[in-house]
Amino acid sequence: MSRLPVKKTYKLYVGGAFPRSESGRTYEVEGANVALASRKDVREAVRAARGAFPKWAGMTAYNRGQVLYRVAEMMEGRKAEFAELTGDEAEVNEAVDRWVWYAGWADKLAQVLGSSNPVAGPYFNFTVPEPTGIVGIVAPEEPALAGLVSRLAPAVVGGNVAVVLASEHRPLAAVTLAEVLATSDVPGGVVNLLTGRKRELAPVLAAHMDVNALDLAGAEEDVAELERLAADSVKRIARNGDGQSPWHAAAYLELKTVWHPIGV
Amino acid sequence: MAQAPALPSGFELPLEPRLPRIGSVDQVAVEERAATLATRSIKRESKLFALDLAVRMIDLTTLEGADTPGKVAALSSKAMRPDPADLTVPPVAAVCVYPNLVPHALERVRGSGVKVASVATAFPSGQVPTELKVEEAARVAELGADEIDMVIDRGAFLSGHYAKVYDEVRRVKEVCGTAHLKVILETGELGTYDNVRRASLLAIAGGADFIKTSTGKIQPAATLPVTLVMLEAIRDVYEETGKKIGMKPSGGIRHSKQAVQYLVLLHETLGPEWLTPDLFRFGASSLLNDVLMQIRKERTGRYQSPDYFTID
Amino acid sequence: MAEVEKRQDRSPVPSAFEYATAPESREIVRLEERYGLFLGGEWAEPSSGEYAPSVAPRDEEVLAEVAYAGAEDVDLAVRAARDAFTNGWSDLPASERAKYLFRIARILQERSREFAVLESLDGGKPIRESRDVDLPLSAAHFFYYAGWADKLEYAFPNRRPRPLGVAGQIIPWNFPLLMLSWKIAPALAAGNTVVLKPAESTPLTALLFADVLRQAELPAGVVNVVTGDGRAGAEIVKHPDVDKIAFTGSTEVGKEIMRAVAGTGKSITLELGGKAANIIFDDAPLDQAVEGIVNGIYFNQGHVCCAGSRLFVQEPVYEEVLAKLKRRMGTLRVGDPLDKNTDVGAINSREQLERIEELVSSGEEEGAEIYQPPCRLPEKGWWFPPTVFTNVAQSYRIAQEEIFGPVLSVLTFRTPDEAVEKANNTPYGLSAGVWTEKGSRILSVAQRLRAGVVWANTYNRFDPASPFGGYKESGFGREGGLHGLAPYLEFEE
Repeated sequence: MSRLPVKKTYKLYVGGAFPRSESGRTYEVEGANVALASRKDVREAVRAARGAFPKWAGMTAYNRGQVLYRVAEMMEGRKAEFAELTGDEAEVNEAVDRWVWYAGWADKLAQVLGSSNPVAGPYFNFTVPEPTGIVGIVAPEEPALAGLVSRLAPAVVGGNVAVVLASEHRPLAAVTLAEVLATSDVPGGVVNLLTGRKRELAPVLAAHMDVNALDLAGAEEDVAELERLAADSVKRIARNGDGQSPWHAAAYLELKTVWHPIGV
Repeated sequence: MAQAPALPSGFELPLEPRLPRIGSVDQVAVEERAATLATRSIKRESKLFALDLAVRMIDLTTLEGADTPGKVAALSSKAMRPDPADLTVPPVAAVCVYPNLVPHALERVRGSGVKVASVATAFPSGQVPTELKVEEAARVAELGADEIDMVIDRGAFLSGHYAKVYDEVRRVKEVCGTAHLKVILETGELGTYDNVRRASLLAIAGGADFIKTSTGKIQPAATLPVTLVMLEAIRDVYEETGKKIGMKPSGGIRHSKQAVQYLVLLHETLGPEWLTPDLFRFGASSLLNDVLMQIRKERTGRYQSPDYFTID
Repeated sequence: MAEVEKRQDRSPVPSAFEYATAPESREIVRLEERYGLFLGGEWAEPSSGEYAPSVAPRDEEVLAEVAYAGAEDVDLAVRAARDAFTNGWSDLPASERAKYLFRIARILQERSREFAVLESLDGGKPIRESRDVDLPLSAAHFFYYAGWADKLEYAFPNRRPRPLGVAGQIIPWNFPLLMLSWKIAPALAAGNTVVLKPAESTPLTALLFADVLRQAELPAGVVNVVTGDGRAGAEIVKHPDVDKIAFTGSTEVGKEIMRAVAGTGKSITLELGGKAANIIFDDAPLDQAVEGIVNGIYFNQGHVCCAGSRLFVQEPVYEEVLAKLKRRMGTLRVGDPLDKNTDVGAINSREQLERIEELVSSGEEEGAEIYQPPCRLPEKGWWFPPTVFTNVAQSYRIAQEEIFGPVLSVLTFRTPDEAVEKANNTPYGLSAGVWTEKGSRILSVAQRLRAGVVWANTYNRFDPASPFGGYKESGFGREGGLHGLAPYLEFEE
């Protein structure tokens, strides 16, 4: 007689914990019941993100880099599971390597994006990049894992926190990634992952006055409407393509310039 | 030697007694120094000495709206005989109570050597006209308190009215009589170490016998870096004038390990002469039992349970 | 293992409140009796058959014997490095190269305590420093440069950077493992292979590092460790198949190296000596400035190229600063490097101790006034108490020459201009310190100091992201930061 496996419940990832949707709803996808998040879940996720922001932004860049590298370590350890979910080992390898790539950027962004500026006067003038705050990410439907990682890593490496709407049709890899994050020294609330209907959730995220930036790569419909909603709080809209680049991280970094006189 | 500089708002420190320059304090460096000192490890024999000293330095405190004569009676018993199972444990330095409870405390501790300290000057906020604060202090002195813990007026300090702060300390000192005066700076409200140093020197100029970190009613209360800054101010006063001022960290010191760290800090900054309850106190309540547990652990070699130590 | 002599209680500390010796156990380190050379991923005997002992400065215990490489061994090392470079390492995708470096960083973190204990034993520095400074920074250096390996086009846009080939790297004895990290990490990140020669008196952490390479599965020959003395170094410098020389050490030897490579077109970077000015203005936060002074010259027993060895105090606060400094010196604990309470460890070698003693005598002869706090020194091993000279003139040898020991010279100044002028009045230019509350003054003074590193209201801070290197006879080239990559690359533009 073969052994009956214990089936997994796929829940939301908010504030470092795994709650069900406050609405109690689920939907069936990829052979499992997955939480169907509601607008109130979005609200809670944003609240958790805001709470986590000061600590994450306040960590040294080196520490953040270490945390991201740890995510890669933990993902590598669960490669078989991810490969089964995505059906594509190469995609999993790409996702892990992307985390490593961005981990190495944490303590270098300021050197590439910042500057000391030679102004015409006796002033020391320097520009430093700073995280903008909460980044709302509508993750691409495909590739469900690598696409998500490509959007998430550049957002958090610079000190931002994120509220992510996972792929609607293939969310299991995203939830598994959330489990990896939860065991990688990522402070609770830095990344919050919601599964559900993008049509229902994306407008809530786009309209939320406490979200600072948006990546709408995975919003297949109504991008114009989402951008209109974003205008009410002047959100930064990222126009990052695919692939990897420090400029993807720069999309979520404010630039602060400081002046100070030079004199005895 | 350096001259006492003028403070903003035209306030100048008196030249007699001469005081050190106000100067400034670097936050990063002072926090790092305090953290390094906290890692010193002391000999086992010294540890017992330190724990015993810590007990003798405690001002056992209850400052609640709900305090009653009964509560103070229990506290006083604990103060006089902290560990009934071990009579070699000395009594604490003092009990610290609100003015209404002073007579009850005095009655309980009479003849034991334990002092009675009372707060005064509209503790904890100090947001009351000067006259009333001085009057309160005078009445507390009349009641027979051995020590008076006043608060500085932080509203005045933070708006730059240093003369008022100084003046209040001076006038309270005048009515203390034989009671010794501790001045609470409420360092958690002062914002910077520069301000802590400035407030320390102001309080000392006004006549403080002790400077104290906190009321214990807000966070943050005592910390090692804040204590270091205050001890350095005391050291500078001693170098300039020869006068020894005492120091009392209060609030947030719950574990023996912390108490020992404070003593190490004290020892490294001011030297062995300051290792006495006459010049250093801990404002604490739950610390006492933790120290008792550590003393028993050092003596018996066994880790202890709180069940064996009375809560009063 | 010989015990450090137990101190008699003659200190000013009351017996009632003594610090315990808090010894870190050395059991965590497993030492071989004898080490060969690490060539092409294998241990090899030196062609000369020559070995010499590596000795613990705290008590002169022989820790192990290490090989002394000769010309043939150096040649084998360079061949192994060249072989590894052409057959695999330079073709490896940069992201894969990065992963090796990440692995090394992680393994150093995991084995941190083991390395820290060995470093303190072999070199003499206090365990608190090796544990809290040397090891974390070493791991961080590998971590930082791992991240650059596959991002060179962002560091040097449009320049098409390529590795140089084989780098010969010669490092000193004051921060053995840290200097190894400063050298190897950027070299490998840039795609080069390495022949490393650790200092004669401190080879052991470099040899243990070979075990880290094994655990990281770094391909054979990418890093080769060649122990020996100055002769091995000279062989590396003159070897025709070494593309780049990186040297940290004395200015004297740096000049020899420059002469040796003259006309060969070999790329070199040098990180040499220093005689840094530490400038205290009258508005400085004094107690913290004194901590900075102490950290500047007594950290690592003053065996620091960027040590703040010339203290410039603005006259109004001179007496106060001196009084505070002397008091603070009295609380410094000189003793067993493996004791966690120790602040100042052992002098690295007999030679160095003799050099310090000679210069200190010259100071007294030339007319400076010496102060040393009462200090019990162990009888075995090499020790020197924290020392400060006052009444020092700029021309005295103690104010001109690098002592490389726990010896501070104090001079005064009146104005910022005077301070800057005197600070710059030296052939060296590695580092400097500025202590003042006034922001504009920090910037103005920093701007005018001819020094590669300026510390304002702090001292001796290092970070892999922060470029380090000197002006003038303190050398050229930078280590750390984006700039630390350039010396290991060639560019089409």
